[in-house]
Amino acid sequence: MSIDKETARRVAKLARIAVPDDRLDALAGEFNAILGFVEQLQEVDVAGVEPMVSVTPMRLKRRDDVVTDGGQPQKILANAPDAREGFFAVPKVVE
Amino acid sequence: MNDLTDLTIADARDALRRGDTTAAELTDAHLEAVETAGALNAFVHRTPEIAREQARAADARLKGGDTPAMCGIPIGVKDLFCTRGVPSQAGSRILEGFRPEYESTVTTRLFEAGSVMLGKLNMDEFAMGSSNETSVYGDAVNPWRATGSDAPLTPGGSSGGSASAVAARLCLGALGTDTGGSIRQPAAFTGTVGIKPTYGRVSRWGIVAFASSLDQAGPMTRTVRDAAIMLGAMAGHDPKDSTSADVAVPDFEAMLTGDIRGQVIGIPGEYRMEGMPAEIDTLWQQGIEMLRDAGAETRDISLPHTKYALPAYYVIAPAEASSNLARYDGVRFGHRAKLAPGDGITEMYEKTRAEGFGPEVQRRVMVGTYVLSAGFYDAYYNRARQVRALIKRDFDEAFAAGVDAILTPATPSAAFPLGAMADADPIRMYLNDVFTVTVNLAGLPGVAVPAGLDDDGLPLGLQLIGRPWEEGALLNVARCLEERAGFVARPEKWW
Repeated sequence: MSIDKETARRVAKLARIAVPDDRLDALAGEFNAILGFVEQLQEVDVAGVEPMVSVTPMRLKRRDDVVTDGGQPQKILANAPDAREGFFAVPKVVE
Repeated sequence: MNDLTDLTIADARDALRRGDTTAAELTDAHLEAVETAGALNAFVHRTPEIAREQARAADARLKGGDTPAMCGIPIGVKDLFCTRGVPSQAGSRILEGFRPEYESTVTTRLFEAGSVMLGKLNMDEFAMGSSNETSVYGDAVNPWRATGSDAPLTPGGSSGGSASAVAARLCLGALGTDTGGSIRQPAAFTGTVGIKPTYGRVSRWGIVAFASSLDQAGPMTRTVRDAAIMLGAMAGHDPKDSTSADVAVPDFEAMLTGDIRGQVIGIPGEYRMEGMPAEIDTLWQQGIEMLRDAGAETRDISLPHTKYALPAYYVIAPAEASSNLARYDGVRFGHRAKLAPGDGITEMYEKTRAEGFGPEVQRRVMVGTYVLSAGFYDAYYNRARQVRALIKRDFDEAFAAGVDAILTPATPSAAFPLGAMADADPIRMYLNDVFTVTVNLAGLPGVAVPAGLDDDGLPLGLQLIGRPWEEGALLNVARCLEERAGFVARPEKWW
């Protein structure tokens, strides 16, 4: 279950974090230390135990399916690094 | 009258009601204390204009006889809370420049009760850390120093700025948040009181999310009574947080009767860790004696899955973090990396997150991504959630057997020097939360109470764990402990 450099590269890619090539070995080492630590969980007898979904036994409240908010594009865009003409702007996505 | 910064929240409230002082005077005294405490690096965004304006409004209310308990009380707010128009960065570079257009539910409630915000407080980046050393603002510093030393110590983390500010008398109380111990560990390191309420007691709306199934906000104060007062003003159902519970909020302060005769306090054997310093064990024993002296019965109990709590946490918390932190993509708010010619949207995400997240946050996001990835989900994430169910079952069984509260050490050591863990394995830092993390996994209320000093003159805390929704009863036990511990030491001013 040891993580190698290629796995570290793949995980960084999945997480959308640019990691320079010369950092990948060290990163794999850190992953292995953490995953080695959590490996202890395999010792526990979990037969028949439901994975916890909610720590307090409660039913999620329901609300009416109606619009309760909106109409404030300026506020929504106020913190955007790049907003133009009422939209978030990003680099070209489709060629 | 500079003793204004020495008041408790309860004293200040009573003085304000009597007209012995004003919110404006209280606020000015604290603003001055903040101004001269730069060396602690606790307040990272100061808001004196807001504070003075809120103090004026509070004085007007007080004159009119409208006197909620927190009216006119100067507080500090952890940087994790979104506060309208005020930087709210979660201690991260990726939220540089972010000024929310909205106010968190907890700060809204406190402001509606008349509280005065002095500014935002330092913290570990995205609340990930136990020493306040992962912050983009630099380390917060503990006002306490070891006897005969001027080496700067950690105030703990992640609510390090909150703990430092309260201990140093920069504010009467502060907001913290606790995902694995981030209120209780810093409280223990600074000789202050910090309570993590039952999961769902306090709304998470408007608090930057780390691990949503574990995060809870709570007060950090200098006395148990103050924690009861401040928690009362923060708690309650909020339709904007679907996990906030529709449970009535009692008058926590009124429940501090000081009478715990006949209550059963569980002492879990599994918390006696190998290699635990003798002084922590001694303190724990003293705590047991104090509660017996108060008329409680102490009983040895077993919480057999305790040792698996940290490993389960280091699967569940990173998994939830990887999902929560996916929103930081450089599109809607915060930092965006400068792009090279030809860079597309994927490069924008990857460069933005590489520049914006510090090393610990990157590590946890990637660990979370890994444990949730195809092929590993069952082995890690589902198994951790099964173990979490067993940890909760341990507590349920103890409470069902008649235990009212559980007494444990709060931390495995006193505050350590800043930088001491720089070259250590990340796991060593994670061990700071060994006594606190079970409580988050089980969703229970837990409070750290200052109980003594170690051989170097540094504060040590004990933790009490309560039944769900019984913060009032828990604080009452904490009050008995506080009273008997008689903790009056305070850091000598050097800053």
